[in-house]
Amino acid sequence: MSNRTRSDFGSQDLSELRRKLAGSSGPQYWRSLEELAGTEEFERYLHREFPEQAAEWHDPVGRRQFLQLMGASLALAGVSGCVVRPEDKIVPYVKAPEHVVPGKPLYYASAAVQEGYGSGILVESHLGRPTKVEGNPSHPASLGATDLFTQASILNLYDPDRSQSVTLNGHLTSWDALLNALIDLRTVQLAKKGAGVRFLTGTVTSPTVARLMDQVLGPKFFPQARWHQYEPVGHANRRAGIRLATGTDAEAVHHIDKADVVVSLDADFLSWGPSKLRDARNLAIRREPGPENKNPIRLYVVEPTPSITGATADHRWPLSSEEIQAVAATLARAVGVSDLPSAATELKAPWLATLVADLQKSKGKSLVLAGETQPPAIHALVHAINQALGNVGQTLTYHEPVAALAPEGQSGSISELADDIRAGRVEALFILGNNPVYDAPSELGFAATGAESSSLLLKVPTVVHLGLFNDETAQVSTWHIPEAHFLESWGDVRAFDGSATIIQPLIAPLYGGRTASEVLSTLIDGTPLPSRSLVEDTWRGNRSDSDFTAFWTKSLHDGVIADSAAKPKSVSLKPLADISWPKAGTGKYELLFRPDPTIWDGSHSNNGWLQELPKPMTRVVWDNPALISKKTADQEGLKDGDILKLTLNGRILKVPVWVNPGHAEDAITLTLGFGRSEDAGYRGRVGAGVGFDTYSLRTQNGFWSTRGVLVEKTGENYPLYSTQGHNTMVGRDLIRTGTHADYAHDPTIGPTPYGVVMHHEAAGDHGAANGHGHAEETGITPHGADPAKGLIGFEYPEPYRRRNDGELGNRWGMSINLNACIGCAACVVACQAENNIPVVGKDQVGRGREMHWLRIDRYYATESRDAEPSANPATHFQPIPCMHCETAPCEMVCPVEATSHSAEGLNEMTYNRCVGTRYCSNNCPYKVRRFNFFQYSDQLTESLKLQRNPDVSVRTRGVMEKCTYCVQRLTKARIEAQIKSPDGNDAVPGDAVATACQQACPTRAIVFGNMNDRSSAVAKAKEDPRNYSLLAELNTRPRTTYLAKLTNPNTAIEA
Amino acid sequence: MAQVHSTHGHEDNGHASSEILGGHQSYTTVTDTIADVVLKRPLGKAWLFGFAISFALLMMFLFAVTNLLVRGIGIWGVNIPVGWGFDIVNFVWWIGIGHAGTLISAILLLLKQDWRTSINRFAEAMTLFAVACAGLYPLMHMGRPWLFYWLMPLPNTMALWPQFRSPLEFDVFAVSTYATVSLLFWYVGLIPDLATLRDRATNPLIKKLYAIPALGWRGSAIHWHRYRTAYLLLAGIATPLVVSVHTIVALDFTIGIIPGWHTTVFPPYFVAGAIFSGFAMVATLAIPLRSYFGLKDYITDKHLDNMAKVMLVTGLIVTYGYMIEGFMAWYGANTYERYQMLVDRPTGAYKHDWWLLILCNCVMTQLLWFKSIRNNIILLWLISLVINVGMWLERYVIVVISLHSDFLPSSWGMYHGTVWDYMTFYGTIGLFMTLMFLFVRILPAISIAEMRELVHELHERDEARTQATPPAARTV
Amino acid sequence: MSDIATIHESSHSPSSAATAGEVYGLIAEFIEPNDVVRAARRAYRAGYRKMDGYSPLPVAGLAEAIGFKKNRVATLVLIGGVTGACSGMFMQWFASTVHYPLIIAGRPYASWPSFVPITFELGILFAAFSAVFGMLILNGLPQHYHPIFNAPGFDLASQNRFFLCIEATDPKFHLTQTREFLESLGARNISLVEH
Repeated sequence: MSNRTRSDFGSQDLSELRRKLAGSSGPQYWRSLEELAGTEEFERYLHREFPEQAAEWHDPVGRRQFLQLMGASLALAGVSGCVVRPEDKIVPYVKAPEHVVPGKPLYYASAAVQEGYGSGILVESHLGRPTKVEGNPSHPASLGATDLFTQASILNLYDPDRSQSVTLNGHLTSWDALLNALIDLRTVQLAKKGAGVRFLTGTVTSPTVARLMDQVLGPKFFPQARWHQYEPVGHANRRAGIRLATGTDAEAVHHIDKADVVVSLDADFLSWGPSKLRDARNLAIRREPGPENKNPIRLYVVEPTPSITGATADHRWPLSSEEIQAVAATLARAVGVSDLPSAATELKAPWLATLVADLQKSKGKSLVLAGETQPPAIHALVHAINQALGNVGQTLTYHEPVAALAPEGQSGSISELADDIRAGRVEALFILGNNPVYDAPSELGFAATGAESSSLLLKVPTVVHLGLFNDETAQVSTWHIPEAHFLESWGDVRAFDGSATIIQPLIAPLYGGRTASEVLSTLIDGTPLPSRSLVEDTWRGNRSDSDFTAFWTKSLHDGVIADSAAKPKSVSLKPLADISWPKAGTGKYELLFRPDPTIWDGSHSNNGWLQELPKPMTRVVWDNPALISKKTADQEGLKDGDILKLTLNGRILKVPVWVNPGHAEDAITLTLGFGRSEDAGYRGRVGAGVGFDTYSLRTQNGFWSTRGVLVEKTGENYPLYSTQGHNTMVGRDLIRTGTHADYAHDPTIGPTPYGVVMHHEAAGDHGAANGHGHAEETGITPHGADPAKGLIGFEYPEPYRRRNDGELGNRWGMSINLNACIGCAACVVACQAENNIPVVGKDQVGRGREMHWLRIDRYYATESRDAEPSANPATHFQPIPCMHCETAPCEMVCPVEATSHSAEGLNEMTYNRCVGTRYCSNNCPYKVRRFNFFQYSDQLTESLKLQRNPDVSVRTRGVMEKCTYCVQRLTKARIEAQIKSPDGNDAVPGDAVATACQQACPTRAIVFGNMNDRSSAVAKAKEDPRNYSLLAELNTRPRTTYLAKLTNPNTAIEA
Repeated sequence: MAQVHSTHGHEDNGHASSEILGGHQSYTTVTDTIADVVLKRPLGKAWLFGFAISFALLMMFLFAVTNLLVRGIGIWGVNIPVGWGFDIVNFVWWIGIGHAGTLISAILLLLKQDWRTSINRFAEAMTLFAVACAGLYPLMHMGRPWLFYWLMPLPNTMALWPQFRSPLEFDVFAVSTYATVSLLFWYVGLIPDLATLRDRATNPLIKKLYAIPALGWRGSAIHWHRYRTAYLLLAGIATPLVVSVHTIVALDFTIGIIPGWHTTVFPPYFVAGAIFSGFAMVATLAIPLRSYFGLKDYITDKHLDNMAKVMLVTGLIVTYGYMIEGFMAWYGANTYERYQMLVDRPTGAYKHDWWLLILCNCVMTQLLWFKSIRNNIILLWLISLVINVGMWLERYVIVVISLHSDFLPSSWGMYHGTVWDYMTFYGTIGLFMTLMFLFVRILPAISIAEMRELVHELHERDEARTQATPPAARTV
Repeated sequence: MSDIATIHESSHSPSSAATAGEVYGLIAEFIEPNDVVRAARRAYRAGYRKMDGYSPLPVAGLAEAIGFKKNRVATLVLIGGVTGACSGMFMQWFASTVHYPLIIAGRPYASWPSFVPITFELGILFAAFSAVFGMLILNGLPQHYHPIFNAPGFDLASQNRFFLCIEATDPKFHLTQTREFLESLGARNISLVEH
């Protein structure tokens, strides 16, 4: 479907548009392509008599209501921005643009940007407002999937707390005033060749921004200016490592799909890094049994802090950072990297030898990865190891650098910037998107805390800050410019492999935001060119107009620019002997800093969806407790929620602890991104006052890990809320796991008592002893092989029966492959975005009232029913949507028929009919139902109304809700099928429809479709011998079933 | 003439006494004593005090409910997984208490237990008021209480009906039927007494007020004849009703698949539990009532002793029910039920409530084996209170503990009542007591007509025993 | 007691003048239930038919004594109960199979076992209604006015006295003869009841 809708953009007369743009000067605002093209029709409507419009404005027809809301929020932005230009902003669809059919969404290709790198997306747009972000299947970094941040980015776009106006020293002013100031500044600095100018950005892969930076720093403008790059969570070590190993700048791309053995040295590559989605997908493919995957992949992970990568590993060892470095050294020596620095220590462990053997067994088909948290030296070492193993060119390839770099001598780190400022060498500082006051290393003094009585930035005469939020840095900047969200601005970005994508806006800037390129172009041309023309100029090259139009249209349509990937680069590794080996610190406890799994570096702290999203490992919400191991907790006499006082070179942080099974001993993990406060100048109503500011302890040297922290128990306590009541399976047959060896022996992976990975017969026996619901034992075929037969000796009522028999129509079903699931939680956010699921806040979650329709259960394997998780337990994830039971216990007990069964097998919830007795939830064995104990969904905030999916009703107080299998999507598909089919048969082709969770899933763990289509993926999955249904013994006959998880342990180590 | 007749009126007739009817009673004495409580007795300090407290509680209830309606069900402690809390606990508790009245009136009537006569009236009143309290909870506990009528089978153009397979729908019919029948039963019993009050009242206004509900009853022999039949038949159909109502309340749980709910033993032991708590509440009320209004001759120690025996028996049945629950969980080898019954309840997060329940309902009840304790009014009263608490705990254990740890450990959670839960609970106690206090002031707490009947029967027995001269001869 | 009787006479218009129109009947007061029963039997034997006894408590045999045969309350209750049960089952069957069939938990539309409780309850409800209202209607209650209340001292009929009233509409009724007859029954005192 997206094919047709996406193509629509290209069909506009672009040369016309471009001509207009070329001729125009000054900032451009436009709402629709018609406006841009300036058709007379459009002009006419633009200057309509007011009363006519007024009449429309009171007409509550959905489309116009939308314009009303849009008008409201835009007018708001207009007023606060002192830009009195409403007629530019509010334009009703009096005549809809081409392809716009009310009720039918359009999909536009674009790209989401994280840490400077891009991932292709398709954005669903309802009548001009983006409502949902999906992955772009034809983009190498996405492959059709998205991560949780991309899914949640739509909420950032509509965040009412976004910065909405240009400010001068905190007072409202106008963009024009800023322009004048910039132009003056430009003339001043041009004289000095920009000696006093500094730029601070994050990683930049955007060709346009790179081009503009080059111009700005070029001889014509500010050759003496410097460009500093900083990211609290980025790629500095990785890139430094490559430079250290190869002596040049390059991009290293790893290919999990080609690897049989992967060793991760604290590389959480499933949740961190520009290629994480692709890696996850490849890993899942290589874990799946089957003829095309003779020897499945084996993943070893050594890491201090439990991560989803560690949870997915076949072998995982919790080690301290030093130990990991020792492992690297040991590996290096073992595989024949001779010239190690003398300082490199080694680790003696029996398993390490086995691991080395495994690596050497699969030379050229192995891969060793080092995490960003490891120092450059280790990265360099890892490159050497991979070369020694002959992986270079196989599982690891080198390419031309993707990220832009300042010309020689003009690049600098943030600490150098701090020095320059102290030395008074900085007259004008341009902060493009960063927030150093909050996230820079604490000793640099960007924040007013600690040694500095006031922020370092106050020493700079002119600070121009461009940011999405009126944040900590904005407070101490001279000028603050609201930044345009990537969904409302033109731009371009490169992916991990250099493939470029044009970022196209889905909506005019809600709050008059600007892009970095506009700011830079002001410095260059003395007047801001519209970002669109800037991007066009970047890509025009020497193409003729017509060629360019074609190229442009195609690029926008595909969402990825043809053969723009970075060229391969041949590199030669330099000797390692003289690299500086990280020296071990002193002190009992190692203090680790990690990005928060859901808030990341703090750029999402005002995103309610992500705040309320349970952290994959701890299931904690709305907080960032310090993570410690059980042993450490016992030593210090701590339990969950006890407040710990951490003292690190003079700075003090009080933070509650959370005991995290599998955490390294004598180590404390702090996650970043929290503890933002009104006093510090943070203006987000969601994120303010949540969690603890761990940046305050972070320094240049202890960027990712440090020692010498003083730990002190305060005796105080702090409420921490986790969404999971119990961490083990208490011997129940919930997640079935086995090894590939078991699978070869008997593909039906039976019940696994205690979730312990153990040999299959034993498991089977025990399951039988427990009376567990293994298909053979209970005589129930989990996926209803004989659906026509009634359970209690009657036939299902018409018309249910015939669909259920597979005679006609649709029989919806879902299969979740636990072998593929990595617990990344993208599906949960996707579900929240698709289904207008409200955020309830910490207190309500604490009362057990979170609203997620789809949750991910995280269980630790234990040795016996009542045992506690061990120090390094196997971790299993299990996504739990509604099971859509054929004999749904919830339906039986509803007194008002508010929940009933559709003929296609959906367990349907009729919100309007629900009176809220909550019996259905009580009687749901899977506890997937959610109840509106209060009026949870915000029906007042204008901008949030824009975000809602118009196909899904917004629930009110006192109503039960739950997963619908995205029934709105099913209905759309059914209607399309019915229109297509000659005899009006509404049977949807098996895989023609995807649920939100399925579409987001990077590993395609979730398969959904029409089971009556025997060729459909879901039908095949249900035939898989590993298929089983949860709590089958209750005879609920779930339509959602699971595929047992398979691991590939190294028996040499198990033994 | 009037006084002439009144003199004749004072001429005594009837004469009887026994262990269930103290003193030397006659038609006149029973009529006077019981009717005067309503018509002549001035408002006592104790009554005013008690009424004031109850009324205050009632006002608190109204406050809590208002807040509930304005803000939503979220002010209570309920959550996912524990979707029911105090609301259903209290509903079942009150409905259980509401069982003694009709039971005493109906079953004991059919069993010709004439000791019931003196307690059935206020036992029935207690039933009505308890059912009123109980009925409020299902309404209040809904997420959208203003739509309660959707549970009624109201024909409508959209052809929307209730879902008749749902035990909650059973409840709607069972509880409303029970309330209606109890009300009718109670009112029918009242008609002759209302006539009595009508005829004795001196204040014309009060006379009118009693005359209207008395329906012009004149004690015609033919009326009495139909009346008796109707009353007996009501008793006859009320008896299976009583059993069915708490059976259906039990179905609320047993039809659910939650371990701890899904068990066949519930209906019988719920009924037993209802009688258990019902009699406990009757004792709790009767003991102070009889001493305050000086009705010791009518509610005698024999009555209390009988009630204590019923409590003992039903208490033992309930205890047996608990044992069977545990045994079946073990014998059935159902992982989830085993965990619920044998691990979570005795040793889990709510173990204190469970052990307290065992203490109240199983251990304390054993004291009633001893006649000395049964006859010690104070002790008996205290035990009846303990049983009331115990039965509340039983429902708490069933509702909350079963829900807080069901099938998937991932969704286990805890429940605690909030201040609003408690306010609502004590509020309904206020409502109950308020109604009780008003009742004893404006209606005869003991059925006068039936007491006369009792006097008559006992009198006849005496006659038979002493072969006295035919009564006619005794007329002057 | 004779003087009391005279007081009565003088208090009324002379019996000769009294016509059946104004007179409701003659009422005799008794102290003990058994007396009124005995009196009623004798009155019936004496051929009186239109009469009624009044008592503060149901007196066994009194109604039979005045010739009251069958009260039809039981029949009504049976009819009511059956009607209720049938309509209950029909309502549920109609609603869930004809009017708006919905698939609920994979059960058949007409899952009759689940319909039993409500059927039962409705049977009970209707039976109870017909018992109470049947009794009241047959008794002609509520009744706003009844001449018997004009009888002196009738207020005791709801307390401790027993009455037998022979109504003027009885063909055998005659003011003086009937009064004499009642006196012969050992009635406590006899008085005239007027409309």
